[in-house]
Amino acid sequence: MAVQSDVIDDAGPYDRAKALSAFKLGDLTFYWITRLSAISVLLILGGIIVSLIVGAFPAMKEYGFSFLWTQRWAPSADPPVLGALGPMYGTLVTSFIAMLIAIPVGLGIAIFLTELCPQWLRRPIGMAVELLAGIPSIIYGMWGFFVLGPFLANTFQPFMIRIFDGVPVLGAIFAGPPSYLSLFNAALILAIMVLPFITSISVDVFKTVPPVLKEAAYGVGCTTWEVVRSVVIPYTRVGIIGGVMLALGRALGETMAVTFIIGNSFRISSSIFAPGTTISAAIASEFAESDGLHQSGLILLGLLLFVLTFFVLAGARLMLLRLEKKAGK
Amino acid sequence: MNPIYARRRRKDIVIRGLCIGAAAFGVTWLALILITLLYNGLAGLNLQIFTENTPPPGSNEGGLLNAIVGSLIMTVLGVGIGAPLGLFAGTYLAEYGRNDKLTSVIRFINDILLSAPSIIIGLFIYGAVVVPMRGFSAIAGSLALAVIVIPVVLRTTEDMLLLVPNALREAASALGLPRSLVIKRIAYRAARSGLITGVLLATARVAGETAPLLFTALSNQFFSLSLNKTMANLPVTINNFVQSPYAYWKQLAWSGALLITLTVLALNIGARILGAERTAK
Repeated sequence: MAVQSDVIDDAGPYDRAKALSAFKLGDLTFYWITRLSAISVLLILGGIIVSLIVGAFPAMKEYGFSFLWTQRWAPSADPPVLGALGPMYGTLVTSFIAMLIAIPVGLGIAIFLTELCPQWLRRPIGMAVELLAGIPSIIYGMWGFFVLGPFLANTFQPFMIRIFDGVPVLGAIFAGPPSYLSLFNAALILAIMVLPFITSISVDVFKTVPPVLKEAAYGVGCTTWEVVRSVVIPYTRVGIIGGVMLALGRALGETMAVTFIIGNSFRISSSIFAPGTTISAAIASEFAESDGLHQSGLILLGLLLFVLTFFVLAGARLMLLRLEKKAGK
Repeated sequence: MNPIYARRRRKDIVIRGLCIGAAAFGVTWLALILITLLYNGLAGLNLQIFTENTPPPGSNEGGLLNAIVGSLIMTVLGVGIGAPLGLFAGTYLAEYGRNDKLTSVIRFINDILLSAPSIIIGLFIYGAVVVPMRGFSAIAGSLALAVIVIPVVLRTTEDMLLLVPNALREAASALGLPRSLVIKRIAYRAARSGLITGVLLATARVAGETAPLLFTALSNQFFSLSLNKTMANLPVTINNFVQSPYAYWKQLAWSGALLITLTVLALNIGARILGAERTAK
């Protein structure tokens, strides 16, 4: 900015041609600086894809598609045997349970904030929920490790195990023994982490509902719940799905909150109270000490995670764009 | 009251109760996390934390000085590299390329990068910087943070510039101001608090980031200011100390966690207050 005004001053008040050409140069430079910065976003995406593929190539060549359905993970065997089934299973199961908890609770908070809450309480609660989103994930992980894990292992887990003991299917899902480190503990932490995303997007899309629609529904005698179910949710369905998918993208890739409390076990167990691992937790805990094929295998895991989250997030954005268009017209 | 209406009322009351319960559930977690953090973190918070380096194994002396300084350096560098890029890119999207095909592609990709797993960013920088440089380094860590900063700043910059009324730009153009000066002198100035909000939010986002530093900056037990070497930083130090067997290290981890959380929350609240001022005007 300063350089520019010097240029103008130097040109003097009467030298019109010189000033104009200085303007032109400044315009052109600024245009290209901004344009190149904008294009750098595409370069970053390209760089991520290229560097992951280059890094994963040795493992791809070695294992091929069998990487996807091998459960054994033995990096120190000779030759190393690597399979992605355990981490993929853990990633999908923890995210699924997290969404199962976070969707109803997140929507409940959004409904509370938009329809039920007294005006003066709206800002503090909205802010508290958004601050939950701001807490760094390592804090969640640490808290889960020291506080939540022991608590669940001593109370909730034995309770569920006792209730479902002997019941077919459910008995296997909630099988003992209770553990500080388990898929379920990780999923619960994930649920708390993604809750704010679901809530804040739902609140935003709920606000796009024209008041006159809601008023009409209340006017014919609907209760609050009926207004929400028959007017608000149908009107904003696409946006809610977009928000949920965005949260899912977060849950799939979340690293630090999960690494501490999932137990880093590559074995697949039917019980959600057993330790497991996720793709991101496997990378976080093993990458720094890995080399050769092991490292390449971890990068291949990262590539899988990136492809998975890319499609989920792209889907989420497309849904939200559709809603924006609808709200815009 | 007729029975159908009574049933509808009952259902409504139950659901309302559940919604209130959900809100209480959300707020309870925040409270629980903050209370445990304060309780455990304050116990170990003393001057030593800010004046001494991280202790060697088994020692009961030492603080977090090197980690705090390292975190500050890398956060400042990361924001220093990422924020201008994001700012300029957002400017292009909002000012030059409003009806561009390129703009919608970049916006879409940016939104995906905004929520991309940060560990993937770590892998990217590992392949793109750490491997060619033959070693973990603070500069690699800063670059990883910069990659996270760019999408956040880009998004807020674009949103804030789009809020600036076009009449302002037209008036400036009518006076003969060239396009670049219209943007720098008029649009930036009108959107200033919004732009600062974006940078603050980005700083808050990277201040506690751990995953991308795990294998870029690594960590360092000693005090180091060199950008070519591994550098201690709070998140990775916490990560290592939590899993350690020493009670004193765990205590340090709690204190470090409290420091990070308070910083991040302060940045978030500051950003929100700035943002609220703007919308109130």
